[in-house]
Amino acid sequence: MSPILVAEQAKPVVVAQRRSRTGYILLFPGMTWLAIFFAIPFITLFMTSLQQPVPGKIGKYQAGFELSNYANAMAEYWPQFLRSFVYAGIATLLALVIAYPLAYFIAMKGGRWRPLLLVLVIAPSFASFLLRTYAWRTILSDEGPITSFFNALHLLPDDRILNTGIAVVAGLTYNFLPFMILPLYAALEKIDPRLIEAASDLYASATTTFRKVTWPLSLPGVVAGTLLTFIPAAGDYINAELLGSTKDRMIGNVIQTNFIEFRDYPTASALSFVLMAVILVMVFTYIRRAGTEELV
Amino acid sequence: MAGALRQVEDLHLVNLTKKFGDAAAVDDLTLTIAAGSFFALLGASGCGKTTTLRMVAGLEDPTAGTISIGAKDITNLRAFQRPVNTVFQSYALFPHLDIFENVAFGLRRRGIKDVKTPVNQMLELVELSAMARRKSTQLSGGQQQRVAVARALINEPDVLLLDEPLGALDLKLRRQMQIELKRIQNEVGTTFVHVTHDQEEAMTMADTVAIMNAGRIEQMGNPAAIYELPKTVFVANFLGQSNLIAGTAQGRNGDDILVSAHGQTYVVPAARSTAPGVAVIVGVRPEKMTVLDAADGHRAPDAHNKIAGRVTDVSYAGVSTQYLVRTPWDQELTVFEQNVIVGDRRSVGDEVLLHWATEHTFGLDGAQDVHAGVSPEVLDLEVAASALESRGT
Repeated sequence: MSPILVAEQAKPVVVAQRRSRTGYILLFPGMTWLAIFFAIPFITLFMTSLQQPVPGKIGKYQAGFELSNYANAMAEYWPQFLRSFVYAGIATLLALVIAYPLAYFIAMKGGRWRPLLLVLVIAPSFASFLLRTYAWRTILSDEGPITSFFNALHLLPDDRILNTGIAVVAGLTYNFLPFMILPLYAALEKIDPRLIEAASDLYASATTTFRKVTWPLSLPGVVAGTLLTFIPAAGDYINAELLGSTKDRMIGNVIQTNFIEFRDYPTASALSFVLMAVILVMVFTYIRRAGTEELV
Repeated sequence: MAGALRQVEDLHLVNLTKKFGDAAAVDDLTLTIAAGSFFALLGASGCGKTTTLRMVAGLEDPTAGTISIGAKDITNLRAFQRPVNTVFQSYALFPHLDIFENVAFGLRRRGIKDVKTPVNQMLELVELSAMARRKSTQLSGGQQQRVAVARALINEPDVLLLDEPLGALDLKLRRQMQIELKRIQNEVGTTFVHVTHDQEEAMTMADTVAIMNAGRIEQMGNPAAIYELPKTVFVANFLGQSNLIAGTAQGRNGDDILVSAHGQTYVVPAARSTAPGVAVIVGVRPEKMTVLDAADGHRAPDAHNKIAGRVTDVSYAGVSTQYLVRTPWDQELTVFEQNVIVGDRRSVGDEVLLHWATEHTFGLDGAQDVHAGVSPEVLDLEVAASALESRGT
């Protein structure tokens, strides 16, 4: 065989090898990032959750396999757990009800105003999360117009909104609303308007068209939006801290106090771990149900 | 099918107008489409044919005029209340439903419980029974097209509207689907209104073709009749090709008009002329002309119209050969010659005589632009070619 021929045959192999190596090199920064900021903390957190106190020293812990940390934490804090999911669930539903018409309007009727309207959706996020939540203290304050209005109608059980569960849910809904609007918008915007025309051509009234075509086609956005709202809302502690009373504490507050005030690291870690696990299980069942039934 | 037995009624459009701002997309259109016919609306993009169809479907509100089926005025009915169904240009199949559910959609909306039998029958008609549980994205273009037809036809509409239904298919599949659609129409007997910009499609499929231009119908009738006797320059150029020579009427000779152009006299049967005044455009279809070598010129029958010229281009296309022949007054004429004689082709530069029977000649109103209906791209090419040539000489 002539040298030229050999060279030509060898070439593709070298290229293929180089290509696969390039892949690993490109993966390296991402994998390192994941290892340092996710895998290692995750393991540390798990190990902390099993630690036992050092006898005689408050706030000092040593390695152990104290599974009772989990049982104790759950026994003590299950109401806050439950409350977190109830509040986050209500907030997610409210956000969906508010966001869907808005996203629908922007996607279908926004026309050339669409970019501006989307910027307006995100605009509040330019101010800090804490600041915006503080602002709600003023909005919902006992002398404020909203509280007075509902009081005039005798609709409030405690005659106030601030420092009740209602305020916490309102804050959660408000703060995570953009995370609901954007995926909904993306899904609705993708719907071919001819499908809507086809439905009306095939004897579907406007309501039926929505029920049978628009809604099912927007489900990917609904799933994404509810997850993006529910997950951070379930773990949030700022809203309960600033807008709620001690009776409205969520699991995020419990974890925060255990870490920072009580220095009970194992309990806080165990709670974090359970929260993560419960959310993961809920998300998977949710996606699987939505996925097999209606998702494209 | 039940559709064939059902009483279908004519579709009437009366003074139908649609304005977008000041521009009229459809301009005072009055038209009756016979029940059970295959009707084609043919025109270039932007001529108003799709707008007309969408108004019949109820997807667009007319600015003025009425639409009725038989005696029933449907102008103010919403799309979902009309006994009309559409096959959309891009099919618009529901991606979240399988083929069966796509086809069943209309029946279910009308509250029909037993959809299984009719849907299966319909899938059989379009030969897609095996695909019932597939998603539309898993089908080829031609199959999706058939699903779209089935989804519309299953509702047994009074009128089926087809909006460029074959536009997305490749040429071979398109021919196949043309035959298929024709077969389905024969079988169900529903009125089909087909919108297309493809003249061959319109001519091969439709019983009646209406050629639309700028929101109006230029000419309507049987495809062969329109082709053989175009009444306007637009139709002459848009439907097939035409050689058009502008001239002046000199007088009559019995049933014929004598038209002189560029020092020569042409005979146009008076019955085949739509020119109201003395300005007449003499027209003839390229395949009606015969090419003779100039030396054999005496073989042309005396009664025929004749033009002398020089061949400037020869394109062999299997079935026929297309010649471009330049006349002494620098107009380029197109001639199609069937390739039936061996070794008889002429080459570029040959002096030739073109002749054709007077009964193939048609006369058009000379007040019109002779380029009306020629696609702009072709016109640009011609301008560029003549510019190149004038630089060369």
